Amino acid sequence: MPPSVTLAVTRYRPEQESEPTLQTYEVPFRKDWVVLDALNYIKDNLDGSLSFRWSCRMGVCGSCGMMVNGSPKLTCAAFLSDYLPGPIRVEPLNYFPIIRDLVVDMTDFMHKLKKVKPWIIRAQEKPLADGEYLQTPDQLEMYKQFSMCINCMLCYSACPVYGLEQSFIGPAAIALAQRYNLDSRDEAARERLEILSEHDGMWQCTFVGECSKVCPKNVDPAGAIQQLKLVGAVDWFRFLLPWGTR
Amino acid sequence: MSPGTQYTPYHPKWYRRRMSVWWWLQNRSYVYFVLRELTSVFVGLCALLLLWHLRALVQGPEAHAHFLAQMRRPFFVGLNGVGLLFILFHTITWFNLTPKAMVVRLGGKRVPDWTIAGLNYVAWVLLSVAVAVVLLRG
Amino acid sequence: MALVHDVLIIGGGGAGLRAAIAAAELDPRLDIAVVSKVYPMRSHTVSAEGGAAAVIKPGDSLDAHAYDTISGGDWLSDQDAVEAFVREAPAEMLQLEHWGCPWSREPDGHVAVRPFGGMKLERTWFAADKTGFHMLHALFQTTLKYDSIRRYDEWFVTKILVDEGRCQGVVAIEVATGRIQAVLAKAVILCTGGCGKVFPYTTNASIKNGDGMALAYRAGAPLKDMEFVQYHPTGLPFTGILITEATRSEGGWLLNKDGYRYLQDYDLGKPEPKPVFRSMELGPRDRLSQAFVKEQEKGRTLVGPYGHYVHLDIRHLGQKLIDKKLPFVRELCLKYENIDPVKEMIPVRPVVHYMMGGIHTDIHGATSLAGLFAAGEVACVSINGANRLGSNSLTELLVFGARAGTAAAAFASQQRKPSPSVLAQAQDEERRLGERFLRKTGGTEKVAALRAEMQKTMEESAGIYRTASVLEEAARKLRKLQERFHDVSLEDRSYTFNTELIAVLELSYMLDVAEAIVHSALQRRESRGSHQRTDYPKRDDTQFLAHSLATRGENGSPRIEYLSVTITRWPPAQRVYGR
Repeated sequence: MPPSVTLAVTRYRPEQESEPTLQTYEVPFRKDWVVLDALNYIKDNLDGSLSFRWSCRMGVCGSCGMMVNGSPKLTCAAFLSDYLPGPIRVEPLNYFPIIRDLVVDMTDFMHKLKKVKPWIIRAQEKPLADGEYLQTPDQLEMYKQFSMCINCMLCYSACPVYGLEQSFIGPAAIALAQRYNLDSRDEAARERLEILSEHDGMWQCTFVGECSKVCPKNVDPAGAIQQLKLVGAVDWFRFLLPWGTR
Repeated sequence: MSPGTQYTPYHPKWYRRRMSVWWWLQNRSYVYFVLRELTSVFVGLCALLLLWHLRALVQGPEAHAHFLAQMRRPFFVGLNGVGLLFILFHTITWFNLTPKAMVVRLGGKRVPDWTIAGLNYVAWVLLSVAVAVVLLRG
Repeated sequence: MALVHDVLIIGGGGAGLRAAIAAAELDPRLDIAVVSKVYPMRSHTVSAEGGAAAVIKPGDSLDAHAYDTISGGDWLSDQDAVEAFVREAPAEMLQLEHWGCPWSREPDGHVAVRPFGGMKLERTWFAADKTGFHMLHALFQTTLKYDSIRRYDEWFVTKILVDEGRCQGVVAIEVATGRIQAVLAKAVILCTGGCGKVFPYTTNASIKNGDGMALAYRAGAPLKDMEFVQYHPTGLPFTGILITEATRSEGGWLLNKDGYRYLQDYDLGKPEPKPVFRSMELGPRDRLSQAFVKEQEKGRTLVGPYGHYVHLDIRHLGQKLIDKKLPFVRELCLKYENIDPVKEMIPVRPVVHYMMGGIHTDIHGATSLAGLFAAGEVACVSINGANRLGSNSLTELLVFGARAGTAAAAFASQQRKPSPSVLAQAQDEERRLGERFLRKTGGTEKVAALRAEMQKTMEESAGIYRTASVLEEAARKLRKLQERFHDVSLEDRSYTFNTELIAVLELSYMLDVAEAIVHSALQRRESRGSHQRTDYPKRDDTQFLAHSLATRGENGSPRIEYLSVTITRWPPAQRVYGR
């Protein structure tokens, strides 16, 4: 095992620089260290001015997504040992505006999350006194996968459609819509289908499929989008028929 | 959002990278994706050829013979060869992607992806055999 | 220009979001805002795995839940608070179900519950092994439907504004731009969570720095029962990732450096090949943690780059059983630690898990400062007493989050607009931040070094075992660190997303909280629950059946007073484990 490894890290300080550059740092190598640990080593020992987001260091808070050697990764789950001999390139997530160093602006993503109405919508609410909405394990299984999204945005960074067309609502938001559509307690699938059928919705997706490959939680947003497209297409054909539902 | 944060999405200093024209060469799946999109050109070409063939048939035996002669030229043999490869690529990639779009449940359990994709292949083989039988008998 | 709201919530985790919804539901005309230093779905609630307790099974009873909580807390819980807590818990859990939380289910569609440490009955609601994650996301997504709830994501609060004896808002930094801004409100609720990062080894995320505790403390609200710090016996030394009890109940062994099952030396039963309930590795959490310290003193632990540790060995269980029963443990080790427990032993040690103490509040979440409320781990109501019962903390977020939200909304609707005079304070604060950090010249101390020293001091003095001499020494060291903190210097002087500035402010919060912990521990001359004094090994109900209250003194050091415990129906008795 090497005693140390080199990291090439994006630096961008908008108050001083007009565009990002790469800065290299030499950090000790350890078998149990991930890229995030190396960044923390840099911040604590080499350069206190390096900025990045992190919190739980166990792959559930979704803060520490970055590009590692060109691929979107949770840096808390990217071992240095998998990138030997280095240098390891660490950059901010693709396709998002860079605020500073490794920090990207996620305001756009937050707006998109809200746009798909990710909450339970029902015509009639059941009073709490009447207990829970019954939901069998099979019904739970229907949407479970899509409920595992940690909003780390790796899928947006893998999606060239989002890169080319920032208005595209994007993989995670559509998967979240599908999570609620498939929930037996929810009754607003049609409402969300209409939102997703708008110009910036699911039809923008050309099914590159990278979003599902990079997802650290196996949410499979590409699957969600194709399922919704199928529903949308069937819906449209029904509309054409004289005995159609509308 | 609060009025205070409204300006952050379009903060002038936030740096936005331009996407290179060559973005699709950045990794293998992007290349595959672009190739898959490209297959549509060849699917379209095949359809045109088929229409031409039909037109020749309608116009009579002479026109049909001329059409067949044209098809024996290296240019069209080559075009058809490349077209076949692309159509195979098109078919296989889309068959493999069907399970993503089609979630079939039997008895509450999700039918595994390979079954869905496999059924597509089985249908493909069966249809090809049927076509072959019709053609060879004729 | 100041931003003005009716109810302002600091912290976007489980308690904060629940409070926001409660306030919005109480009165849709109220203008509510949530300020959080991270995007809400990054909050530490997300990491909770186990579950949330609420009585639902026919054989169970509210009294049983209350008793388990009170005896688990070694009779330091306020029993009126506990009674309210267990009474409101089931409805809160149901409410979350109605909001879409994917609770695990029985085949008939009812919510499934399972037993958890310290409970006699199945009472723990769970969403697979990601309960906190699902609760947080369900709450966050639900808040999106309320237009009256505004969010200030990635805003860091530096000060609570007090005028005319009442809390009137906060000063916060918008991290992305460095803008310092007053956010005024008629009522403020602190929901910033715990302070595990005061210690070096902790399951807590890096954002758990006791921000809210220090903010309230500096504004004059006392901190209650700060000496009670819960340890978990098996965390990974470097990352603090928690290795669940299930690993041991399936038959995992704790081994010292000689490969010896050392727990047999500490009155925890004899080693058997198969796991025995309440014996050896399945003994109570605190006894396991204490045994580790004794092993360390005997020099029988291993030493690695991150200090002392022992081994948790599950190799003998075989890959098949591990993959079937403990897949999550294996996944955590493989994905985040580069260890395969099928082939390698897992290095573990006791790690700080939870703060029982916090800002002193009443049963409605109100602190002693008018207009300031608190809920969740940052607060101490107190239901957790001297030791929190497993799976009560997630429920506490909901019950007391909702209570605080409702109480704050009611308070706000009776108040006049915040007085503009507090804006002068906000300007002072802006000047202070500039002079102390961003424009400061000179200074030699580094954030990381000071933080490491504080953490080491805390582990050595206020860890699993405490004693007067060591605590006194620690109190002096912390004072010294406070002085050295004045000499801190930042490498990063920019306004845009300056994480070093945030880190230094977090360190200043942690130093205050650390002092409160050490002084509270020093004054409590007894052993109770998680607070174990080697010089006072017995519980002393005549003197210390009381909450400690730490108030910030003139020189910055805490002053400790006591407040009696509310006993309603369960007089103090012997604390018995595991039943």
